[in-house]
Amino acid sequence: MTLKAVVNNVAKMPASTDAVVDIQKLSLTFQTADGPVYALSDVDLTIERGDFVSFIGPSGCGKTTLLRVIADLEKATGGDISINGVSAQEARENRAYGYVFQAPALLPWRTIERNVTLPLEIMEISKEERIRRGHEALKLVELNGFEKKFPWQLSGGMQQRASIARALSFDADLLLMDEPFGALDEIVRDHLNEQLLKLWARTNKTVAFVTHSIPEAVYLSSKIVVMSPRPGRIIDVIKTDFPKDRGLDIRETPEFLEVAHRVREGLRAGHSYDE
Amino acid sequence: MTSNTATMNGAIAGPSLWSRMMSGQAGPVTVVLMALFVIWYGGAVLMNAPTQIDKYNRADQTWTKMQLIEDTLAQERPILPAPHQVAQEMYKTIFATKITSKRSLVYHTWVTLSSTLLGFVFGTALGILLAIGIVHVVTLEKSLMPWVISSQTIPILAIAPMVVVVLGAIGLKGLVPKAIISTYLCFFPVTISMVKGLRSPQVIQLDLMRTYNASKWQTFWSLRLPSAMPYLFASLKVAIAISLVGAIVGELPTGAQAGLGARLLAGSYYGQTIQIWSALLTAAFVAAIMVVLVGWCERRVLVRMGARS
Repeated sequence: MTLKAVVNNVAKMPASTDAVVDIQKLSLTFQTADGPVYALSDVDLTIERGDFVSFIGPSGCGKTTLLRVIADLEKATGGDISINGVSAQEARENRAYGYVFQAPALLPWRTIERNVTLPLEIMEISKEERIRRGHEALKLVELNGFEKKFPWQLSGGMQQRASIARALSFDADLLLMDEPFGALDEIVRDHLNEQLLKLWARTNKTVAFVTHSIPEAVYLSSKIVVMSPRPGRIIDVIKTDFPKDRGLDIRETPEFLEVAHRVREGLRAGHSYDE
Repeated sequence: MTSNTATMNGAIAGPSLWSRMMSGQAGPVTVVLMALFVIWYGGAVLMNAPTQIDKYNRADQTWTKMQLIEDTLAQERPILPAPHQVAQEMYKTIFATKITSKRSLVYHTWVTLSSTLLGFVFGTALGILLAIGIVHVVTLEKSLMPWVISSQTIPILAIAPMVVVVLGAIGLKGLVPKAIISTYLCFFPVTISMVKGLRSPQVIQLDLMRTYNASKWQTFWSLRLPSAMPYLFASLKVAIAISLVGAIVGELPTGAQAGLGARLLAGSYYGQTIQIWSALLTAAFVAAIMVVLVGWCERRVLVRMGARS
């Protein structure tokens, strides 16, 4: 390796060696019939190992698009992105992440167990191993006992838990979640938030979580990324230091309210740009 | 007070009995069937009356209306045979004749049915293969789809003799040419439905497969094919029925010696209307039974695939 290459490599190295996601000057423009749409513009972000990062912002701010770029479901039109030190495409090909969509997206003709083990089937893992890991994943989301049920036999919240189990089944270190609880009622959402936090504390995974709920973002995250639309960009990154095993009751503490206030201020500042 | 309740009960019991009769499938079907019989008998009397009156006149016979009705329903070669005449003929040729006999309708039905089923299998396989190609390869969609559609604009009666003659020249006779005519008719609905079915997975489901870095074939087996099953069965019901039409049409232009089509043709040569109608009705029954069987398979498969029963 020549000296120049080494220097280049050093220059390209992310600021923290433990960065799972490293995004620099990322932009994405959709070409539409009505002219270009600037979905993302000049986004810089580092997600470190073990982080729980929430993306919050009004609709159209590009938070889902950003998550999809990380997942290589969209291609950036400018800037750099690396996941575990490789490109987003390579990371996807290495099955580096589990993705949870807004809807459960369970296949209706498969039982819950066979839905959860679908990724393992595609990775051509043996049947015994699939069943073992499927059981484990279902236990993590407290759905054991529902293996042989079909999706329609489960409530919306249980279906979404099954889809989380599916994302966990192949044990990727990175979990990408796109408003997974958006369609659920407040009580179910609280419960699932609690379960998700426990899971995060137990497995030490890195989570990127898109939401439009301020309490949800503040309650779950170790880092909150506040975004703003037209063009989609990051306007604030807030670090929180709540303990990993926090309970729902922290939502009444002054520290919590203070962070929530800062998020709200950020969102408001982003909006005034628009009007 | 008591009389009041009684009338109320009576008023309620009246419509509820009718609606109970009509709520299932049996009630409405029976009503339609009876209406059909009335129209059929009426038509038979009206259409056969002129020849019957002619016959009376030539024989210088006096006749009453009752006698006319009776005679029009018992002619040997009526213009429109009465239902019971057809039923008698069908009983005679299906149950009372040895099935190895050339006069047995069971024998003729089997000849047609075997090429129907072979054509159906060919057609379904061809239809599915074409759909898989069209969904996966853009060039195939552009090059094949117009041909698939225009193939069905050519009258099958024009193609059938050519198929039989060409295949006959290369030594293929009997079953296969007829089956190929069935294939030609029944691949079409399968292709069209399967293209739609294989494209029916939602974007979110395709994205999901992409996050697993699933190959095209894995996506096909785990997502596209299962999604297409309801579309497949809907098209199979159409395909099996027109496959039978294809097999019958394939027997017509070639002067086939056996099969329901041959019975129709022979019947029309010799003015054997009763024979024509019994062959027609048998074909209709066979088609109905096959559609019901496909529907039964559909329910079995979809229940196994977790459909709400």
